[in-house]
Amino acid sequence: MTATAGTVETAGAQPTEALARWARRNAWSLGLLAFFAALLVFTKFIQPSYGVTGVQGLAISVLPLALAAVAQAIVVISGGIDLSIGSMMALTNVVAASLMLGRSDEFAVVVVVGVLLLGLVLGAVNGALVVLTRVPDIVVTLAMSFVWAGCALLVLKTPGGGSAQWLKDLVLGPLGNEWIPKAAIVLVLIVGLIWWAVRRSRFGLSLYAIGSNQLAAFRSGVSVGRAKVFAYALTGLFAAFAGLSLTASTGIGNPLSGSYTLQSVAAVVLGGVSLAGGRGGAFGPIVAVLILALLRTDMTFLNLNPNLATSAQGIILIGVVMVGTLFQIRRGRP
Amino acid sequence: MTETVRTERAGARWLTVAAWRGLFRDRPIIPLLGLLGVLMVVSELVRPGIVSTQWLGAMVRGAVPLAILAGCQTLAMITGGIDLSVGAVASMSGFVVATFVSSPGGWPVGLAVALVAAILAGLVTGIGVGVFRVHPLIMTLGMSFVVLGLANVWQLVKVQAGGGVPPELRWLGSASVAEIVPYSLLVFVPVAVLILLILRRTGYGRLLYAIGDNPIAARLSGARAWQVLITLYVLSAVLAAIAGFVLTGLTNVASVTLADSAVLPSVAAAVIGGTSIMGGRGGYGGTMVGALILTVISSLLSSLGYPEAVRQVLFGAIIVAVAAAYTRVTAEA
Amino acid sequence: MTLAATDLLLEATGVSKTYGAVVALKAASLAVRPGEVHALMGANGAGKSTLVKILTGAVRPDSGTIAVRGRPRIVHSPGEARRGGLVSVYQEPALIPDLDIRSNLRLTETPIEPFRHWLRELGVDDLDLLSTARHVPLASLRIIDLARALAIEPDVLMLDEMTAALPANLTERVLEVIGRLRGGDRSVIFISHRLIEIGAVCDRATVLREGETVGVVDVDEGSEERIVELMLGDIVKGLPGRDGRRATGGARATAAKPRLTARNLASGTKLQDVSFDLAPGEVLGVVALEGQGQDELFDVLAGSERASSGELLVDGSPVSFHHPADAIRAGLVFVAADRAEALLMQRSVRENIALPYTARIRSWGPIDLRGEGRTVDAAVATLQIDARAGREVRRLSGGNQQKVTIARWVAGGVKTLLCFDPTRGIDIRTKQQIYVLLRELAEAGAAVLLYTSDLKEIPLVCDRAIVIFGGRVVSEIDAASADETALLRAAYNLRSDALMPEDVAAEAVAGAVGAEVAGPLPDESPASGQPASER
Repeated sequence: MTATAGTVETAGAQPTEALARWARRNAWSLGLLAFFAALLVFTKFIQPSYGVTGVQGLAISVLPLALAAVAQAIVVISGGIDLSIGSMMALTNVVAASLMLGRSDEFAVVVVVGVLLLGLVLGAVNGALVVLTRVPDIVVTLAMSFVWAGCALLVLKTPGGGSAQWLKDLVLGPLGNEWIPKAAIVLVLIVGLIWWAVRRSRFGLSLYAIGSNQLAAFRSGVSVGRAKVFAYALTGLFAAFAGLSLTASTGIGNPLSGSYTLQSVAAVVLGGVSLAGGRGGAFGPIVAVLILALLRTDMTFLNLNPNLATSAQGIILIGVVMVGTLFQIRRGRP
Repeated sequence: MTETVRTERAGARWLTVAAWRGLFRDRPIIPLLGLLGVLMVVSELVRPGIVSTQWLGAMVRGAVPLAILAGCQTLAMITGGIDLSVGAVASMSGFVVATFVSSPGGWPVGLAVALVAAILAGLVTGIGVGVFRVHPLIMTLGMSFVVLGLANVWQLVKVQAGGGVPPELRWLGSASVAEIVPYSLLVFVPVAVLILLILRRTGYGRLLYAIGDNPIAARLSGARAWQVLITLYVLSAVLAAIAGFVLTGLTNVASVTLADSAVLPSVAAAVIGGTSIMGGRGGYGGTMVGALILTVISSLLSSLGYPEAVRQVLFGAIIVAVAAAYTRVTAEA
Repeated sequence: MTLAATDLLLEATGVSKTYGAVVALKAASLAVRPGEVHALMGANGAGKSTLVKILTGAVRPDSGTIAVRGRPRIVHSPGEARRGGLVSVYQEPALIPDLDIRSNLRLTETPIEPFRHWLRELGVDDLDLLSTARHVPLASLRIIDLARALAIEPDVLMLDEMTAALPANLTERVLEVIGRLRGGDRSVIFISHRLIEIGAVCDRATVLREGETVGVVDVDEGSEERIVELMLGDIVKGLPGRDGRRATGGARATAAKPRLTARNLASGTKLQDVSFDLAPGEVLGVVALEGQGQDELFDVLAGSERASSGELLVDGSPVSFHHPADAIRAGLVFVAADRAEALLMQRSVRENIALPYTARIRSWGPIDLRGEGRTVDAAVATLQIDARAGREVRRLSGGNQQKVTIARWVAGGVKTLLCFDPTRGIDIRTKQQIYVLLRELAEAGAAVLLYTSDLKEIPLVCDRAIVIFGGRVVSEIDAASADETALLRAAYNLRSDALMPEDVAAEAVAGAVGAEVAGPLPDESPASGQPASER
């Protein structure tokens, strides 16, 4: 059977090879990380005073968008897209802020748990509508973005409400070493625990499966509809985390969410998650968010017009996708 | 036996359900006009005396910019795409005109500059989508960032020069003949006729539908999609710029984010009008009615004293319901 | 009757399924005994794959009953079927491309150790479970899919063209493993185009034709003839004007200067070396089993793919197509088998027929509606298209849809028509109309290249036919005098000499089966290239 070995290109796994494979598989994320490190060095170079405050500010400012990007990544991996993330963030943000205003710390704990459940429900509603109506994801979530944003405005017309002190303390300031921002720890804990657990589970596999090849997933015994609703619910949960982080970092609730939805899509694409589904993870999008934020900071340091950062973000987004598509086209033709 | 029973029942159903399905599927504009009529009746019932010629004029005036932007979405969605950059392009165009008011040459120069900028933006979008095959959602999203950033830079450059909405645009956007027929129809009617003619009577329009319905079939028939798509996104950007001019005149505001809030409603108007985001299906007639419906609902709600919030929730619910209904009736039997 | 039913492991009766206007299954039945390897046979489009999909819950039948071990069972999803002991290995491996093999096993809750065991049995000892499915070659994926199915020890294992795309040595191992499953209390349903494999491993065979079960055959020596007969059906029935219709065709065609000449065309892995001449006024048939390179050949000719080597001449001058538009300009127009690939399903008959005339940039302007209407009406009349539901092409019947794809090219006058299985899955009347049309086009001076999976069309429509096997032209046949059995044999490449008396032919098949059982497989698989018998 020597011929068999020739036709089946396989080889035994060795530690170095496993490492190489891991690196190859995460090449994009590692590249982003290296770029981020280089950017940090560059920042320090052009602005020698950049240090503890800069890092702390960076961490706290990216926390909501980083969580939103993870939320978007989950649904994109499963082959969909959620244009209502920003609105869900706004809704959970104002619900938390309005309920916590002037209440006890203990009650705030109940609120936090309740708001997270609310996020799950909002996402599940999105997912159920996508599955039941068979209307394209983009249309359903676009419409639901109106609904959730309207609900947010019903809860709180203008910015207001408040946040429990412990919630603010959870994300503001350093932990132990002054270089380690609490916001970063929180991000790592939330994403690490939940995403890690999901990814290891069979349900997490089915997310990748329906995004990668829906027919093969169906034939492998995956319940496609259920997996889709689950993906949207998980996205809703992370949107709720992002909304809570807004409450915590700003201390208030704001019904006008800003442009988190579209920025989360940009971060996901830059973070190496394929819009076609099935590929990518949570790490890449987070690093992409960090890079975009730091680029904006650097532009102010360089006395460049900070508005150019918006353009730069657009150009980077387009450029990365163009290069990626070109590679795919070339690879598609043997 | 069971066979015959089944066919008989099917025959009876054909008169009711299937006939309605056919109506929705083939002539969505008729039930949409019905819905518009119902909304007008409701308006009159809850606010007696509100429906008048002036009110109608105001509705049309308010719907014109949205209808033009929704025209961009209709064209893009027919090819299976979407154009999220219309908001940024429209805002940028209106803003650029305003900054040229006190420059030599005045607003006509601004108009030309804005159009050239819009065409450039559309050209880049079209090349990205047509040649590099970037997903239209991503490409237009990225382009909206680029345009917004550049418009912001322009704002800082021009902030000393001063500016303002030129009276000509204000006249175009918000004045009416005898307080009834808005002047913006001077722009809108040619635009609407152009879009309708393109979609119904030109080879180019046929190709838009063909690419959206089945890109492989279009290719096998000899169509080169990149040519069609580049032209499409340039056309869409020009239309967005025109909508920006009208909107600036209507609101008497020149801001780089003026039309951002109109992007999602423009998609909504096209969806309500029966254009499928999957491509190959729809037209501009329904879109125009869709834009009017959204405008009337807004006005109805605000006249009842409902907050903006309720309007948004209702918009969303309507889009999902209408899209679900379309999906159901157009599904293969 | 009830006693007999409980003897069966799986029984399906009266199963039907229609997709829109296309009837995939009319009245299919299948009865599988415990411990047998049961072949499911039928020509392309006979409904084998649909039946398997229904049995595994991937597709819901319109009617019919399915019983497992005598108990009626309704299966709603592949997951449910899997838990109930019905597992299928499909033609396209059901592995998630972006997951590694280990994750794919976890997704289907497959125990690892039995999986490894079966993998070794199948002759793959060194698979790295951490490699991503996307990067594993197709042949290995199919083996993995099979091992994964075997590992959960299903009651009924369904194998859909399991040996296609496998190299000869792996095919041998697969057949060996399947053969060893015989006699237990589990069964295998085996779908294959290769008669030799059926003879080697199967106990009985159920034959489907046009969505109906037409017979169940005990597989033994000589049963191949019976199977072939059942698959082809009553050939002459309902087809008019078989005799003397085309006395001049061949002679005239060869005398003329070729319209299209292919020299040593190759593309990808499947199309190896194809050469032929196609003259005006001639219908040249292409005879091939599924996946012998004919898809790639037509893609190259239609300008969808570029040839990796070889030469293409139109009217004697070399051409190179970068886009289908180039081929169209050179007069080569393509009628695809997959109507979903050729039609704008949501658009009208008129728009579909007129599509090629608006494709070029110079016809982007206003349409001459009256002129277009005349052209389209003429084409609709020529092809007798029933365009009552013409507002949306998807509401037409399959036959009318196919006529639209042809009308598109006929409307403007056709020089070279490339037809890829134009009658697949359409009714007999429409088929006849298409035959007549192709002949008429040829009489009017068009050159027609016709690939068909329905072999009885070859003598009806074609002047000559080339047989492609393993990406190469292995023989040329004078179509008018070839009979169906001989053509089928030629397509299977059983013997190069296509015309032989029935008894000799039967002997040849039996002999080939015997040889297979005794020793190594003959040169059957596509991977082994050009068979020695051809030289």
